[in-house]
Amino acid sequence: MTVPASESGVTKRVVLAAADIDRALTRIAHEILEANKGSQDLVLLGIPRRGFPLAQRRAQKIAAVDPAVDPALVTGQLDVPLYRDDLRRNPTRSPLATQLPPSGIDDKVVVLVDDVLYSGRTIRAALDALADLGRPRSVRLAVLVDRGHRELPIRADHVGKNLPTSSRERVRVHLAEIDLIGGSAVNEVVIEDRT
Amino acid sequence: MTSDTPQYLIRGAALLGGPVRDLLIRSGSIAAVGDTAAAEASSSAVVVDATGLILLPGLVDLHTHLREPGREDAETVETGSRAAALGGFTAVHAMANSSPVADTAGVVEQVYRLGLAAGWVEVRPVGAVTVGLGGQRLAELGAMAESPARVRVFSDDGICVHDPVLMRRALEYVKAFDGVVAQHAQEPRLTEGAQMNEGEVSAVLGLTGWPAVAEESIIARDVLLAQHVGSRLHVCHVSTAGSVEIIRWAKARGIDVTAEVTPHHLLLTDELVRSYDPVYKVNPPLRTSDDVHALREALAEGTIDVVGTDHAPHPSEHKECEWAQAAMGMTGLETALSVVQHTMVETGLLDWEGFARVTSVTPARIGRLAHQGRPLAAGEPANLVLVDPAARWTVDPGTMATKGRNTPFRGLELPGSVRATFLGGHPTVLDGVLATPRRAPVSSPDREAGSWSI
Amino acid sequence: MRHLLSTQDLSVPRALRLLDVAEEMAAVGEREIKKLPALRGRTVVNLFFEDSTRTRISFEAAAKRLSADVINFSAKGSSVSKGESLKDTAQTLEAMSADAVVIRHPSSGAPARLAASGWIDAAVVNAGDGTHEHPTQALLDAFTLRRHRARLGGEPSTGSTLAGMRILIVGDVLHSRVARSNVWLLTTLGAEVLLAGPPTLLPVGVHSWPCTVYYDLDDALARRPDAVMMLRLQAERMHAAFFPSTREYARRWGFDDARLARLDTLGLKDTVIMPPGPMNRGLEISSSAADSSRSTVLAQVRNGVSVRMAALYLLLSGDQQDDDAEDDVPAPDPRTSTPRATDLSPEGRTRDQ
Repeated sequence: MTVPASESGVTKRVVLAAADIDRALTRIAHEILEANKGSQDLVLLGIPRRGFPLAQRRAQKIAAVDPAVDPALVTGQLDVPLYRDDLRRNPTRSPLATQLPPSGIDDKVVVLVDDVLYSGRTIRAALDALADLGRPRSVRLAVLVDRGHRELPIRADHVGKNLPTSSRERVRVHLAEIDLIGGSAVNEVVIEDRT
Repeated sequence: MTSDTPQYLIRGAALLGGPVRDLLIRSGSIAAVGDTAAAEASSSAVVVDATGLILLPGLVDLHTHLREPGREDAETVETGSRAAALGGFTAVHAMANSSPVADTAGVVEQVYRLGLAAGWVEVRPVGAVTVGLGGQRLAELGAMAESPARVRVFSDDGICVHDPVLMRRALEYVKAFDGVVAQHAQEPRLTEGAQMNEGEVSAVLGLTGWPAVAEESIIARDVLLAQHVGSRLHVCHVSTAGSVEIIRWAKARGIDVTAEVTPHHLLLTDELVRSYDPVYKVNPPLRTSDDVHALREALAEGTIDVVGTDHAPHPSEHKECEWAQAAMGMTGLETALSVVQHTMVETGLLDWEGFARVTSVTPARIGRLAHQGRPLAAGEPANLVLVDPAARWTVDPGTMATKGRNTPFRGLELPGSVRATFLGGHPTVLDGVLATPRRAPVSSPDREAGSWSI
Repeated sequence: MRHLLSTQDLSVPRALRLLDVAEEMAAVGEREIKKLPALRGRTVVNLFFEDSTRTRISFEAAAKRLSADVINFSAKGSSVSKGESLKDTAQTLEAMSADAVVIRHPSSGAPARLAASGWIDAAVVNAGDGTHEHPTQALLDAFTLRRHRARLGGEPSTGSTLAGMRILIVGDVLHSRVARSNVWLLTTLGAEVLLAGPPTLLPVGVHSWPCTVYYDLDDALARRPDAVMMLRLQAERMHAAFFPSTREYARRWGFDDARLARLDTLGLKDTVIMPPGPMNRGLEISSSAADSSRSTVLAQVRNGVSVRMAALYLLLSGDQQDDDAEDDVPAPDPRTSTPRATDLSPEGRTRDQ
């Protein structure tokens, strides 16, 4: 479906609505539990800004399946700008706090959670950051959207939706925890295209 | 000696910015003014179209640093006097702080001869008040006065004659040959290590302050000394509103004091120092906008008598450094006319006649140059400048004739340009560019009158 | 942000950004692996024309924790003291492809000169210039104060200003670059600043600063400051008639044991003391005050590395089109735009009369 452009020359197409996002998160939560054979040693680390609420939501889903899991104790945030290889090409970003669960990440199964997987450079930076913070037993990657155009040999273990895109398009994820559009909290994934 | 020199017929110049007249220059003098000028001109007379231009007496600077002898890397008499001609000057007073110091008849005569040989402007050496500017013993003031340079202005400029007894003696002594002491008013102890005007800006910048009182206390002392011994006193580069008050008071009491202001102190303030660019480092320092306004008012009302450039060229390495390490001083010969037009004429504070008074007539009188700063009338010496008041130009230090690149007006658009300068009837500048130097009458043995006289 | 030359031109968002980034850098400092790859391959030159081991080590640690290469250039005793100019030194560093120059210089304005001269492309960080400014010192002081208050209030310090805090700065304000940088930064961040010192050591023009001035230290302490920052008294000031004797100075403006006790009498249990570094014990501050639990000296040293990491990171990452580039609008030409210069134009003149 196509909605009229809100800015001149930009068309917006909603590709995942709120219910789609929720379904995808539920499915991935189950996939993670299955792959891990339970909730043992799981740690979900969101990459700011939208990876963090996604990690929190996914932890809720996991807790719904396995009541032994306390979502607050398995979720954390991993900020990566200080590890990026393109610091000089982009506007300066202030780093955000990196918060690890109290149990740390040593010998854990760390699931990195991000909204969109694109070039793979963010994940590369996140892997470097993880190495400076501890030594997980294994690291998995869960994303809401994989839009292709990888520039590094990186792939996601869990994908909400594969979205073939052109590199001209922009994929925007709006989450109620962060995004207010027209005064109301919105959950959606849209593709913007400059025409 | 000059019957075969060309005649110049200036057509349609506004004399002192007033009536539009023709004017004929012949044999170094103004031969005719008005309708008779064209009639008297020979058929070979060079016609200078002066439509829209203003004719003024050539500018006279009481305060120029030509740096020669000693610092020929900064300026020479040749380069400095070229700059002077381009700036509309027909006479400049070369300050004594050369190396060796101009404290003997030999040095002042050397500078004087260099000026004659250059031929762009009348170079009048200023003699040092004390030996080596040392502030200890009087230099041979009389010998300098009697030399061919006929020195009448004496100054230790750059250094204050701060010993009150020595200052008193100097003021008294120069009366013998109608000289004047031009004081650089700066109390030395109050300005130790001083870098800029002391006030709100110095407080923020962390640069050692140069209090206004260091200037004002010396001026106050000196006017009282001049009154006591009945001498005339000239105060160099007055920079503060308080100094203006003291000079106004002294003049009201009948004290024979004259005062000078530089073009830069009429325009610039210490706010510029915030850049830490040493091009704004000068002695006395740039002051506040209140001071700038007081100086303009004082020049308009006559409390300050003259504009002196304090043209102070420096080699670039003396300015391309940290503020505290940088030399003090700014160039000024080629911007003075424009800055004074901008600050005094275009503000309505002075008309062009007033402009001529402060840039030519009064400085010539203070320096006792009888043939400079004269009326624009038949029979007078032809030391003249033609100015285009409507011109606008952007200051580019790279195109200047002075060796110094240290102009604080870089990049600024200023009004007024010099179209022609006549030195003793000879055009040193024509069509806004340097023409030829006036041939020095080298053979003249006329030591009494001085070779510049016409 | 292109250079860090003074705190006077730091806007509130920029100052907060520096402090907030410093919080994240501080968190890195608490990890086992204290190094970040952010400035890998970049070169930071510590260009010190004045001895300051503390400041140089702090900058060096900051640059190294960000993986930058560090070159220490002690200009004292080198070719510079043999007459090589700042310009030549700058061009040498340019030829060595320095990305940032951290400069300490005895002349006020030398860093500004370096940044504006076109001699060098590198980012310039002022590590203390003459009696002008020492911006990273003020940033670490502000950082320390912000954390102190956050701890008292049980709130995170990130994102908060110093609004409501009252800071007393004591001593030789005239010659202190630390005082200047703190006056601008602390007031920008919303703190109230009090100055106390002998009138001879307060600059002419201090009345235009956003501070209250006290000649009596005890009067100033009665205003119940949240922090007392003691300035260092340099030896060369002690013989230049700024005050009669060091004993009289210590009695009137020194933070001695009696004044330490007075904080308790006044019920100021949370007021901290920020001693100068290096300090003259028994002169500006007594040993018991300097070593008391109120002293923030060790926290300041730690925080110094964090704020310097933040400064280097913000200066050396990002492209030229910085997201806060609108702050970089060039100032108008003061020769033609001094406050009253407009009265000088013919039109302005008419208006004036």
